[in-house]
Amino acid sequence: MFTFPWRLERRGILGMNRRNISYISRYNPRRLYPLVDNKLKTKLLAQKAGITTPALIGTVQNQHDVSLLADLLRDVPGFAIKPAKGSGGKGILVLSRHDDEQYIKNSGALVTLAELQRHVSNILSGLYSLGGSPDIAIIEELIEFDQQLGGYSFEGVPDIRVIVCRGYPVMAMMRLSTRNSDGKANLHQGAVGVGLDIATGRPLKAVQNGLSVERHPDTGRELSELVIPQWGQLLELAARCYEESGLGYLGTDMVLDRRYGPMLLELNARPGLTIQVANGCGLLPRLKIIDALSDADVARPAAERVALSRQWFAAQPELKTGA
Amino acid sequence: MNIGPFSFTRIPFFLLVGFLLVIGIVLTLHRHWMYEVPLVYGETQTIWSVEAKVEFNAHGGPVKVSMARPSAQDGFTVLKEAGASPGYGLNFMDGNEPRAEWTVRGAKGKQELFYRAEILVSQMQSGADLPPPSIQPVSWPEPYASAVNEVLAGAYATSADNYSLTRELLKRFQEDETAQHIELLRTHYADQLPELWVDMLHKARVPASVVYGLNLQDGRRRQNLTPLLRVWNGNDSEIFELPGEESNASLLLAADAPLLLWEQRGAPVLDVTGGTDSSIRFSMLKREESTYANIAENLSSQHDFLNFSIHSLPVEEQAMFKTILLIPIGALIVCILRIIIGIRTSGTFMPVLIALAFIQTSLVTGLIGFLLVVATGLFIRSYLSRLNLLLVARITAVIITVIAIISIFSVLSYKVGLTEGLKITFFPMIILSWTIERMSILWEEEGGREVMVQGGGSLLTAVLAYWAMSDPWVRHLTFNFIGIQFIVLALVLLIGSYTGYRLLELKRFKAFGS
Repeated sequence: MFTFPWRLERRGILGMNRRNISYISRYNPRRLYPLVDNKLKTKLLAQKAGITTPALIGTVQNQHDVSLLADLLRDVPGFAIKPAKGSGGKGILVLSRHDDEQYIKNSGALVTLAELQRHVSNILSGLYSLGGSPDIAIIEELIEFDQQLGGYSFEGVPDIRVIVCRGYPVMAMMRLSTRNSDGKANLHQGAVGVGLDIATGRPLKAVQNGLSVERHPDTGRELSELVIPQWGQLLELAARCYEESGLGYLGTDMVLDRRYGPMLLELNARPGLTIQVANGCGLLPRLKIIDALSDADVARPAAERVALSRQWFAAQPELKTGA
Repeated sequence: MNIGPFSFTRIPFFLLVGFLLVIGIVLTLHRHWMYEVPLVYGETQTIWSVEAKVEFNAHGGPVKVSMARPSAQDGFTVLKEAGASPGYGLNFMDGNEPRAEWTVRGAKGKQELFYRAEILVSQMQSGADLPPPSIQPVSWPEPYASAVNEVLAGAYATSADNYSLTRELLKRFQEDETAQHIELLRTHYADQLPELWVDMLHKARVPASVVYGLNLQDGRRRQNLTPLLRVWNGNDSEIFELPGEESNASLLLAADAPLLLWEQRGAPVLDVTGGTDSSIRFSMLKREESTYANIAENLSSQHDFLNFSIHSLPVEEQAMFKTILLIPIGALIVCILRIIIGIRTSGTFMPVLIALAFIQTSLVTGLIGFLLVVATGLFIRSYLSRLNLLLVARITAVIITVIAIISIFSVLSYKVGLTEGLKITFFPMIILSWTIERMSILWEEEGGREVMVQGGGSLLTAVLAYWAMSDPWVRHLTFNFIGIQFIVLALVLLIGSYTGYRLLELKRFKAFGS
């Protein structure tokens, strides 16, 4: 049931305590947290830096504006409502338009305008924000995810998490929502995590609820056939988030849009550790390489950093390429 | 234990931790040694309640009764004293010869006065030595003078110092019963032998006096004081038993019957003016008390800076601090469970507050009450969530609901006859409301499983914190030793820099173990 700590040490597994002390509090200055904890700020920052993000339809800042929601959404075919300070995907509602009074969730469930308004006022009063502080609701354009990824996700948008340490991408995984995870891409809710080779973007290993899987449980697609298009571009985008945010240990959540290519969804200053399980290897050996880099190395342009990362962190795929 | 990557930049940190540990340990030991607060819980201390009853016949005029009081001495500390004497004015006079003085303008007939002292048996040295009394010139009529000289000369020749002289002298009166001059002195001074010995010692220029001791034996009543001989050598003094007091022959050696010196300087034990037929009798009671109350009494009276003691506060504030000083222990448990074990709780320190409530309610009642309130609250909250309310208003509604639930349960359980149910009011209601709100949202977002994990984690943490905080050892140590707080702080700092794996991570990453 348990394993021995020295075995994890030998495999280079990063634990929660060491992540907090040696990486998060060492590389992430506290004053920069609001940039990533507030999705609206992140979005504005990214736009200024020329990093593509889903287009902003509008924001709701006051309880008073909740009644204007219907007007705001009148000509929009599909949208996502998010709390600006939400974490872990809490309070995110993805809807397509049905008629003026009703909207449809990905799962097919109908949502009335009144329910939508209540959701927004919950967001405003801070239900989903850290510490319950008052919040803003962000309304974004829907992502049309790349057709090459079709069949790899059930109901939700598959996103790609890249851990970036001091500007170097160190580990990546793709998160595929399943029926179990209710269309959400959270691994602890039952989404499938697919470890991705930093060098090629090819899948290495896939896990669901901590167990290895070969196929997507709902669509049955062979996970080893997964190919991430525009991998280099995606890594470069992730790497550039370091300069823009100033955070040295960063989880970048990206999506691939059919029209705009790789887009930044959100940044995370406290990225989780499950990415190690999905990759079948520990973060520590890679992080130690990055720890040893000089400031000059860290100051290289993003493209050079990505090239170095792809060279250092190339892996042997564990999933066999299907016939 | 893996405490961070070692580097020289961490030296100040370890110095700080070491410094806190040393301060904590030094304060604790100082408390233990200087104030005799036992480190071991349950260690008892012996307290004697001694009551002196003074009886006399008053003549009708003003009455003044002066009685010697026991003072601190090697082996005993007087904790508190009180007198009962209706109609009399009572004064305790301190100084070299502590006395109690009862006074009244007019009294007639049989009078009874009471004095009671609580005396703690302790290893503390009294510190102050009593200076020797001055030597009185003495003389005897013949033939007693020559007999005295004879005996003294013999004893002097076979002794080396004041103490051995005394021993030799007393030995002669004990053994040589047939010797002529001893016999002569014995017969003539039959009632005043102790005084005779004191005079004889004074003659040999040895300061001495008759003092009175009380032989402490549990449950004894109407006891008399035992006369003893106290002999000085410089500022040192020694107590000698008197020959002839056969019943108390080995009283100094008897551990179960220690000797309390009631009067230490040779002054009269009882001095009554305005009355006759006076007598003083003693009764005593022994009790073993677990340190606590006595320490409190003892410490609260000693005011100095190093005696930074909660005991110097009024009793009501002490009771409050008793709880406050336990909170760090509960928080330490949370630290250990979250950082070393990796248990998830809903609300970081909510379990400590729940544990504090458990202390008031007792564990089983508390658990049942908590589950009842939270379950009912969740049920009602699920209805509230359909009402489309703003967050603050909704939580207020939950608070009111929680209070209603608690009232209903209290009344119901009381009607049924379960007074235990009344204790449910000890729960922190605002905290409970937030717990219900958070659990409810958790349920909607992450499903029932996560609610069980976090709720279970919180309850487990609360129960463990409760056990730690209600442990009599822990309570004894935290309340009596402020140094423990420094040690806890040092431990928390150490835990805070622990970078090793959490216990539950060993399970989470077990796939890597093969």
